Amino acid sequence: MSLPPVPQPSAGSETTTSDAPAAIKVQIQGLNFFYGNHQVLRSISMDVPALQVTALIGPSGCGKTTLLRCMNRMHDLYPGNRYEGAIRVQPDGTDIIAPEVDPIQVRMRFGMVFQKPNPFPKSIFDNIAYGPRIHGLAKDSIELDEIVERSLERAGLWNEVKDRLEQPGTSLSGGQQQRLCIARAIAVGPDVILMDEPCSALDPIATAKVEELISELREQYSIVIVTHSMQQAARVSDRTAYFHLGKLIEVGETKQIFTNPIHRLTEDYITGRFG
Amino acid sequence: MEVSPPPSSRRLDKTVESFMVWVLRAGGWASVLVTFGIVLTLVTESWPFFREVPLIRLFQDTMWTPLFAQPQYGIGALLAGTLVTTGVALLVAIPLGTILAIYLSEFAEPKFRDWVKPMLELLSAVPTVVYGYFALLTLTPILQKIFPDLPQFSMLSAGLIMGVMIVPYVTSLGEDAMRSVPMLLREGAFALGDGKLGVAVRVVFPGAFSGLAAAYVLAISRAVGETMIVAIAAGLQPKMTFNPLESAATVTAFIVQVSLGDLPHGSIGYQSIFAAGAVLFLMTLGFNLAGHVLRKRFHRAT
Repeated sequence: MSLPPVPQPSAGSETTTSDAPAAIKVQIQGLNFFYGNHQVLRSISMDVPALQVTALIGPSGCGKTTLLRCMNRMHDLYPGNRYEGAIRVQPDGTDIIAPEVDPIQVRMRFGMVFQKPNPFPKSIFDNIAYGPRIHGLAKDSIELDEIVERSLERAGLWNEVKDRLEQPGTSLSGGQQQRLCIARAIAVGPDVILMDEPCSALDPIATAKVEELISELREQYSIVIVTHSMQQAARVSDRTAYFHLGKLIEVGETKQIFTNPIHRLTEDYITGRFG
Repeated sequence: MEVSPPPSSRRLDKTVESFMVWVLRAGGWASVLVTFGIVLTLVTESWPFFREVPLIRLFQDTMWTPLFAQPQYGIGALLAGTLVTTGVALLVAIPLGTILAIYLSEFAEPKFRDWVKPMLELLSAVPTVVYGYFALLTLTPILQKIFPDLPQFSMLSAGLIMGVMIVPYVTSLGEDAMRSVPMLLREGAFALGDGKLGVAVRVVFPGAFSGLAAAYVLAISRAVGETMIVAIAAGLQPKMTFNPLESAATVTAFIVQVSLGDLPHGSIGYQSIFAAGAVLFLMTLGFNLAGHVLRKRFHRAT
């Protein structure tokens, strides 16, 4: 299938009409990504605004999850992967895919929530305390207790689990487990939270709760969410980026993408003509 | 387009199939029957022994001398040998086997792993009699340089070599358990900024723990039942001692010793080996049952 030429929006110069121009949190600049010899992402350039929700949408295999996993260097775990270009995180402008940058530092700034809830086989408390413990974020056990409580509160889970912190994380329901994983990511103190289809394994009620949580979290975190559900993208995101075959087709305010897309591919996808 | 075979060949298929099912079922029953046969032999042969020697004497006597004129039947003297050699073996096999399993599952390059695992499994294919002579003729002289008072036969030497023999069991089962920990869990820990060693120790090890525990239990059963190494290298004198630097007979070594001797069938000395065998059987049965329960829990958890 051949694609019509796509105008690449250059970093920071998109024509958007947000009420107040948001500060930029992450700048993706000419990003190429390869699995071995297979190029999966093709010169992606886009900005992720601070304290907003950015949705990445597109048909299967379009590279949206691959892009998400570039942002916390998850691809470093597997051999034969290669990045080109830059992903700069503001305010310091560090290029987080530069080889000399320690992926562990990157992962402390970019928390991640996965497709399926993946609590560790440990207690609820130890799940949340995992990150703070390995990074020495708490001076003593009182401070650790505070971090755990604050993280669970922010994830809207504290009242449900405060009397059962010693029970295994896997004893919670699916939706609670996913919010536990969100709390676990928050506990490390990231600026950005990456979410990879966080509701794909949840029922509608649990999904609604997580979506509500996402809206609350955007007051403190910049959020990038990959989703298969266009309704979800429309509900939770401020900006939406549409990907097709490893290319960024269009990025803009969610309202504009869903009501008045510039590119025909985007329109075909959101109107359900393929996907 | 579907072509149904002619009726005659379909009937033949059915005959062959029911025949095969019958063969497979017979195979399954054979193993059950053999097990029952062994239990039956142990019970009927040790029955006369227990009629003559009350069970309580097994635990009251402090020596195991069923062949003496004034026999004593303190099975504790044999169990001590079994426990000490098993303990020494586990001190080698569990740490070494676990570390190797973590390395192979979490750190080794796939190519290296594919090369090392068969080599390791080869270690368990060495005949135990070879291990026994290796312990007696190679390891014991080396150990005697460290412990000058070490006798020619010692539980330490036999136990250490037995440990080496068991390492592959622990490693192989342990690695399988760790590799069955979902990648998603590892990624969750990496995403929180943990390193490879941290993920292995804090997430993979606890995640695989019931599988590992099952591997340890099987290692115990293997060590308790091992015969040739201890018969050759640990000595044949039953002795109530927990010092690995001494020589002592294990339950299995005693059975070998009596079986090879010329005791008349039906004598109390002859029957004592069935009593010892029954005790041994109960021990390994207990460990295997514990391992089975752990494995079941492990499968439910993953």
